[in-house]
Amino acid sequence: MPLLNLTLKVWRQENAKSEGRIETYEAKEIPTSASFLEMIDIVNERLIQDGEEPIHFDHDCREGICGMCSMTINGVPHSKERGITTCQLHMRKFSDGETIWIEPFRANAFPIVKDLVVNRSSFDRIIAAGGYISVRTGSAPDAHAIQIAKPDADAAFDAAACIGCGACVAACKNASAMLFVSAKASHLNHLPQGQAEKDQRVLGMVRQMDEEGFGNCTNQFECEAVCPKEISANHIAKLNRDYLAASARDSVS
Amino acid sequence: MSLDSKVPKGPLAEKWSSHKMNSKLINPANKRKFKIIVVGSGLAGGSAAATLSELGYKVECFCYQDSPRRAHSIAAQGGINAAKNYQNDGDSVHRLFYDTIKGGDFRSREANVHRLAEVSTEIIDQCVAQGVPFAREYGGLLDNRSFGGAQVKRTFYARGQTGQQLLIGCYQALEKEVSKGGVTMHTRTEMLDLVVVDGHAKGIVVRNLSTGEITTHAADAVILATGGYGNVFYLSTNAMGCNVMASFRAHRRGAFMANPCYTQIHPTCIPVSGDYQSKLTLMSESLRNDGRIWVPKSAEDAKAIRGGKKKASDIPEDERDYYLERKYPSFGNLCPRDIASRAAKECCDEGRGVATTGLGVFLDFEDAIKRDGEDAIRARYGNLFQMYEKISGDNPYKQPMQIYPAVHYTMGGLWVDYNLMSNLPGLHVLGEANFSDHGANRLGASALMQGLADGYFVIPSTIAVYLANQKPGAVTTDHPEFKRVENDVKDRLKSLLEVKGTKSVDSFHRELGLLIWDKCGMARDKEGLEYALKRIPEIRNEFWTNVRIPGSANGLNSELEKAGRVADFIDFAEVLCHDALAREESCGGHFRMEHQFTEADAEVQDGTTQTGEAKRHDDLFQYVAAWEHTEPGKAPILHKEELIFEEVKPSIRSYK
Amino acid sequence: MNASLCSMCAFAKSSIGRKMIVAVTGLALVLFLAGHLTGNLLIFAGRDAFNDYAQFLHEVFHGAGVWIARIGLLACLVGHVWFTILLTRENKTARKKYAHQATVQAQRSSLMMIWSGLTILAFIIFHLLHFTVKAGTDYASFMQVMPDGSERHDAWKMVIVGFGNPLVAIFYIIAMTLLCSHLSHGVASIFQTLGLRTKKTAGPISILSRIYAIVIYLGFISIPLAILLFGFGCEACK
Repeated sequence: MPLLNLTLKVWRQENAKSEGRIETYEAKEIPTSASFLEMIDIVNERLIQDGEEPIHFDHDCREGICGMCSMTINGVPHSKERGITTCQLHMRKFSDGETIWIEPFRANAFPIVKDLVVNRSSFDRIIAAGGYISVRTGSAPDAHAIQIAKPDADAAFDAAACIGCGACVAACKNASAMLFVSAKASHLNHLPQGQAEKDQRVLGMVRQMDEEGFGNCTNQFECEAVCPKEISANHIAKLNRDYLAASARDSVS
Repeated sequence: MSLDSKVPKGPLAEKWSSHKMNSKLINPANKRKFKIIVVGSGLAGGSAAATLSELGYKVECFCYQDSPRRAHSIAAQGGINAAKNYQNDGDSVHRLFYDTIKGGDFRSREANVHRLAEVSTEIIDQCVAQGVPFAREYGGLLDNRSFGGAQVKRTFYARGQTGQQLLIGCYQALEKEVSKGGVTMHTRTEMLDLVVVDGHAKGIVVRNLSTGEITTHAADAVILATGGYGNVFYLSTNAMGCNVMASFRAHRRGAFMANPCYTQIHPTCIPVSGDYQSKLTLMSESLRNDGRIWVPKSAEDAKAIRGGKKKASDIPEDERDYYLERKYPSFGNLCPRDIASRAAKECCDEGRGVATTGLGVFLDFEDAIKRDGEDAIRARYGNLFQMYEKISGDNPYKQPMQIYPAVHYTMGGLWVDYNLMSNLPGLHVLGEANFSDHGANRLGASALMQGLADGYFVIPSTIAVYLANQKPGAVTTDHPEFKRVENDVKDRLKSLLEVKGTKSVDSFHRELGLLIWDKCGMARDKEGLEYALKRIPEIRNEFWTNVRIPGSANGLNSELEKAGRVADFIDFAEVLCHDALAREESCGGHFRMEHQFTEADAEVQDGTTQTGEAKRHDDLFQYVAAWEHTEPGKAPILHKEELIFEEVKPSIRSYK
Repeated sequence: MNASLCSMCAFAKSSIGRKMIVAVTGLALVLFLAGHLTGNLLIFAGRDAFNDYAQFLHEVFHGAGVWIARIGLLACLVGHVWFTILLTRENKTARKKYAHQATVQAQRSSLMMIWSGLTILAFIIFHLLHFTVKAGTDYASFMQVMPDGSERHDAWKMVIVGFGNPLVAIFYIIAMTLLCSHLSHGVASIFQTLGLRTKKTAGPISILSRIYAIVIYLGFISIPLAILLFGFGCEACK
């Protein structure tokens, strides 16, 4: 099996308050069939052998669905490969002797916890501000009481595919959370069940998004390019539209 | 100790409604005085936390992930069963109940399973109302697909991400309650111990994984919804963080561990590619509808393939062994999971395995592509083929896929009664963490159903059975037991850090996993299990004298987190092997080599079953094995809950 | 009423609300550019046509029209710039820069909106001083003698003479290049921000935006290029 020797430039930071810095590590004899995170595992194993602290990073399912892994690889969240998370990236995409820059997802609204680990609880607070349909358990009508046209159901699903990883924020030069917020709102706003709370949802989520200190969207669509679920920036347009309508209705009624 | 399952009296179909009718209620004004701790925020924990808060209870919810939306329920692909009978194909609550009991190889509790089938329909209603985007037909109504072990179409699905969509619905309900103040969410917080006061579970000790701070939390009841223990095998389809710590800590504090030997192995996973491998990826079982599974007939050919000297296409048709079609002509490649898994293992044990490690078999689409065309196959499996190519780098349209079985669900767990309360009063266990509904084997699309049934519909009613006899807020963290357990936890972390050995935590985990996979995996025997029971204490000794954990307990330290989990996996592995050793029969996910049908059996001769099938011994083992912890390193004590079948008659599981 | 004001205030303070203000003011300026260009191109129709147009602008609504337009445009410009600066300042502080920076699909024009915008702003100030206030020039004395013997301001000559200065023309062309860049991202952004972009309209919007930017660009630079390179009108102005 071919082996790679790589140079890693990794962001190390002790905790939220300390200053971080880029450190250089050699990643020797990395099998091309290893995943990117397994490459870090190998480097960490050697760091531990040498008595150093391993590189801390977030990861969990390692199959591209939990949204936990959060590395910016050579300046691009989840790497320049389209439609994948970091954990789905494999070393065969790199060549021998390459230098790889590994940094955390950067945004003030995602404070660094340690090394490559960031705190994305701002996303949870945005959901708590309206990203739901209020239905008490047990109070639901029969599932077939609501018919949903397939195009609406599909559009809702396209938005619902968001795994909340935050790559959209990390890729945006303004650290805007518009793709995330729009996907979450669009999922529910496309469905008949979501109509009753639509205005409240849109106003609440956008207000919370602003309070969390995310930047403003400048329509560059880097978010869409790095989204592991390839969610379209058209959802942002829908959020803008829904927000305008909600604000207008809110002003007069 | 006698194990009282507290199954209500009366006809099976009326047990749940009469139980709800006869149970004590707590009036709404009093509910807010009760505080409930929920550990875990997956489908079971998240739905329980949200629903209990809606009812008025004060809920504290904990998860180790950075957001409750990331729990491993998210990874379920296939779907969720419900006895809706929207297809008008003869489904009913009773049929779902029967399929589940039979699928579990007659090792589950009838009353629990019937209740599960009853509430399954409400789950779908609830999820649709929450906005879960299930697949729909052009008419706007919900679509269903069929799944293993059932002859009706009762599975609701959301593309390949049913788990994620259900969890998002549940998470949104949870965040709604967070915003209303009913739930306090503690993310990146791991439960390290259970606090038992006067025999009742009254609180937990947790570590904030970001800051390292240890805190104690008291409540009137504790709910564990912390998932399964598949990662005891190191390599599994579980997420990296999945662990047995919360369950095992509870076990050490007195909760019984039931049927740990029931572990499910999934036949179609991507094989291991090297020592560095951290995780296995599941490929949907649906691939077996069109793919043909084979290995070369000769070990030499297999060796040449492993060495890269030959390719699959170099092996002529008559040198290939389509072993499932050969052994099981009627079912062929679609035989049940456990049989397909064991057959793959046998071929690899004979040296006929492919993949670089020799642990892999071919899943070949050549014939299907020839028959239906590449476009048809792409339409059916396009995204799966793409996923395979991403991971393996091979193009499955040109070269056959390589697959191998992997652990992916554990049916065993903490023992619970009909109210989902363990033998420790106050401690309730939901979802994969309990043992209750799947018996010895879980059917596809039933895990999501059970998690949500427990959380949305069962525990909100049954927790009152316990709480009604409790004085709210009677125990606080001022009770000396909290300080004592907190000190235990701190001492344990300190001793882990003080070992300062030479080997990493992962290397121990890998060693343990290989041992358990080898001796207590797809096929088990007495000799292997006894060997494992001899080796585990050695691994434990070496772990506690030679593990190296850099850094400190202050702040984020992922090595320390892993160390705590692996230490418990080592201890848990002993319970697992004891259970597998004691259960001298084969059933569902537990296959003892000594107990399989052979040519000598009458059932084989009359065609009821075939050789190599699991052989149960209902006369001896028709019970739940619940293990009581004694001392570290000492064998646990077995308690039995006899399984009584009033409605169905256990028979030989056959899918002919 | 109070509650209603509150809602509007919240809108104007929100990220999306402020972006919409930028979009709407931007749209007004974009439409103005089309009108301005149409008028300017009359220069090629000759001195009379161009000066008729200039005179019309100054006399419409008894001379009030030009002031209404000026005040309206100024308000749009101030709004556009003010809210953009507010948003950009927030954006700059919303995160630390990566040590290794890269983009995947962002267009270059979208990455330099603030710089193209500020250059255009500087140009507008210069442009107004140059041709409207006519500061430091003798343009006010350029007169066209009408057949009836009366005189009117010779705007046509002013433009020819103005662009006869290579420095002025080059600055103008540079500014128009940046305007083109600004528009190619800006026009499409208006649709996105106002929520008009969908799966089906996304393609046409992007094409329309680029075509509009190029038309405006070619239209505006055709004048100094004609004067500088081909000596358009110079003969008549000597």
